[in-house]
Amino acid sequence: MILDQLAPDAAGTRLSRRGFLQAGAAAGGGLMLSLRLPIANGEAGAADADGFAPNAFIRIERDGRIVLIMPYVEMGQGTYTSIPMLIAEELEVDLKQVQLEHAPPNEKLYGNPLLGGIQATGNSNAIRASWRLLREAGAVARTMLAATAAKRWNVDPASCRAQSGEVLHALTGRRFTYGELAADAARMPAPENVPLKRPGEFKLIGTPAKRLDTPAKVNGTAIYGIDVRPPGVRIATLAQSPVFGGGVKRVDDTAAKAVKGVRQIVRLDDAVAVVADHMGAAKKGLAALVIEWDDGPHAKLNTKEIAEELEKATLNSGPVAQNIGDVDKALASAVTKVEATYELPFLAHATMEPMNCTVHVRKDGCEVWVGSQAVARVQAAAAKTAGLPLDKVLVHNHLIGGGFGRRLESDGVIRAVQIAQHVDGPVKVVWTREEDIQHDMYRPYWFDRLSAGLDEKGMPIAWNHRFAGSSVLARWAPPFFRNGLDPDTTEGAIDLVYDLPNLHVEYLQVEPPGIPTAFWRSVGPSHNVFVTESFIDELAAATKQDPVAYRRGLLDKTPRAKAVLDLAAEKAGWGQPLPEGVARGVSLQFVFATYMAQIAEVEVSKDGSVRVRRVVCAVDCGTVVNPDIVRAQIESAIIFGITAALYGKITLKDGRVEQTNFDTYQILRMNEAPTIEVHIVQSSEPPGGMGEAGTSAIVPAVANAIFAATGKRLRKVPVDSSVLKQPV
Amino acid sequence: MAFTIKVNGVDRTADVDGDTPLLWVLRDVFGMTGTKFGCGMALCGACTVHLDGTPTRSCITSIDSVGGAAVTTIEAIGNTPAGQKIQKAWLDVEVVQCGYCQSGQIMSASALLASNPHPGDADIDDAMSGNICRCGTYVRIREAIKQAA
Repeated sequence: MILDQLAPDAAGTRLSRRGFLQAGAAAGGGLMLSLRLPIANGEAGAADADGFAPNAFIRIERDGRIVLIMPYVEMGQGTYTSIPMLIAEELEVDLKQVQLEHAPPNEKLYGNPLLGGIQATGNSNAIRASWRLLREAGAVARTMLAATAAKRWNVDPASCRAQSGEVLHALTGRRFTYGELAADAARMPAPENVPLKRPGEFKLIGTPAKRLDTPAKVNGTAIYGIDVRPPGVRIATLAQSPVFGGGVKRVDDTAAKAVKGVRQIVRLDDAVAVVADHMGAAKKGLAALVIEWDDGPHAKLNTKEIAEELEKATLNSGPVAQNIGDVDKALASAVTKVEATYELPFLAHATMEPMNCTVHVRKDGCEVWVGSQAVARVQAAAAKTAGLPLDKVLVHNHLIGGGFGRRLESDGVIRAVQIAQHVDGPVKVVWTREEDIQHDMYRPYWFDRLSAGLDEKGMPIAWNHRFAGSSVLARWAPPFFRNGLDPDTTEGAIDLVYDLPNLHVEYLQVEPPGIPTAFWRSVGPSHNVFVTESFIDELAAATKQDPVAYRRGLLDKTPRAKAVLDLAAEKAGWGQPLPEGVARGVSLQFVFATYMAQIAEVEVSKDGSVRVRRVVCAVDCGTVVNPDIVRAQIESAIIFGITAALYGKITLKDGRVEQTNFDTYQILRMNEAPTIEVHIVQSSEPPGGMGEAGTSAIVPAVANAIFAATGKRLRKVPVDSSVLKQPV
Repeated sequence: MAFTIKVNGVDRTADVDGDTPLLWVLRDVFGMTGTKFGCGMALCGACTVHLDGTPTRSCITSIDSVGGAAVTTIEAIGNTPAGQKIQKAWLDVEVVQCGYCQSGQIMSASALLASNPHPGDADIDDAMSGNICRCGTYVRIREAIKQAA
């Protein structure tokens, strides 16, 4: 989405080196490259008024270490490996020589060009944002180092070669390490127009290089936000108003205070926290609290009412997200008409690391320890809550035990600061799993209404789609919500891969009362691809056509989409016989700038239970930086999506989230995991996003397979086994 | 009251209520943060440690029930032959993503391998289905256990 609409410069090749890269001396005497990543929201001009405002840094130390100040965070997606690969490739160093430092919060410096300059890791775009720039930076540094060596030897720079962190002079066998050259190189001007390697010349890009962040994650030494232990830290846990918008009416903390290890009870307007020596005491104290809540205006709210409100909204027209041709006219002339409505539930993120944040509020400042996808937001939220200027808030970012969009939000930070304001010394606020699930910010509920008209051959001549639900982007980044539309909410519903002569898509923003919404892995497409790929399957079924062949007939203008569909069908053995009760379903999408087809093989038992046995995925994500990380991300995203397809559902009853822990909010487990095969199309196109695409693709593939197995169309997720149960 | 337990071969003492879960004694009292909190109800396996070699959910194991059992955590599992093999396989197969659940996964897998040197798919399902991975690394966990065997 945001890729094209918000930052054309970052995606294309129109960058000029002048003005985005400078070289100079590092503090320790090495070579410092300062990069200017383009920012699309207009700040760039102001920042550039001073001449040059770098926002990413590469230091080549005198001891030869390469340090990258890293604007993106690692949350499992492999970015701490794939981003350094870009620099290492052109700089001609071993990947292990590149060290990472977390970027401190500073949106002006570290804003993500593909997120409109917001300092955040999300929307599957770290590689997309840095693909060209970091390689150019590496090439510039390598050229400067080689030129420095050539000057010392008094030879032609063309006779010098960079290799494994050294510059070699082949004729004489002389060599200098980068560390030996760095200080002198810093005095050279940065060259213009340094050529980049052609894909055929890559040594590192395209290889399954080992991840850099994993050794510490297998021996217990990796430090996540929840693991920090500043001296004197107390542990707190909390109960927030069970109804969103409610408050605390009365608290009896007599029994809680008597618990050994409990130090303090903090009462806020809408939450109560127990501060203790350890989490065991804090939880015991919390259980001993007697809290009377004022449930507030949403005390009687149920999911059903929210769903009905959305359904009603789709009876009226809304802002047009895309229009091609004349849908009404085409519908009127159609031989066959197909109509359907779909619903998707609220979903929690349920990251394995529960929400937590450690804060030390002092009179003149505030220190925050957290794992965040948007660290500048953390700083701003903490500063506002504590009533401090930004520069008095120091944020330490950490590894993230699962993000999936949850850690783009700062609600947990605000809460921790509110509590810390009452505590003398640092306090780590850890949410119980129940609190984490019941006070998440949820993937929105969606209601979709579709109609299509088919010609005499059964092919679609009209596609009409209207949907209602929350716009997360309207809250999270208001400037990008324009004329009632935003590029995330509509991604996957517009610009379909299919050649549809008449298409009309409308979106109605309806914010649900009493439940906050947020980004969730695969964001807009998590909703839209389920709907569009289910509906196209319905069109094929309506005229008894093969779902793969039907899609294929609409792909003449999108050859990359056709190629992944063909590859997936071939590898999955599409059309080959399967045992009774087992069937295949297909999905195809182009989202996050990546083409993907998936074929799910699903078994439906007589009792209605569904098991996904095997998933075959074909992907064309342009140039592949690290194929093993691409595979891992797809495997991960598929499992994440199957959880949603089979189990995912957050419901409200009397304003309260009904699900509490992993018993009522189930996650797919080892014994249910399918085999997964990933087939990658070789390509030299610019890289596409990879962290999320697999999630949006799997849900319709599973639903379509269930239809193939049972004849029952799943228009509402998750799977309702009672509908699939066969009569005894 | 004070409880003395043997953790990774070392006697350590915590002055806490007897019903305090071992998880919090390890993490918050002893500062051993490799063992993770996930659910608090033995539903996710993130907190798995070994008690005399048996995989145990430390979030529901009270400190007063540990007695003289040898507690082994992720910080020391690499000192056992099975743990060492599992950790190596985890890296060779690139199992890990966010990594938060992997301490628990490795503790469960190490216990499996120690008791069953050549586990089949059904053994792996039995031993590992109590450990949730939200990054969905199951495919690679299965492969890594087989490789380590």
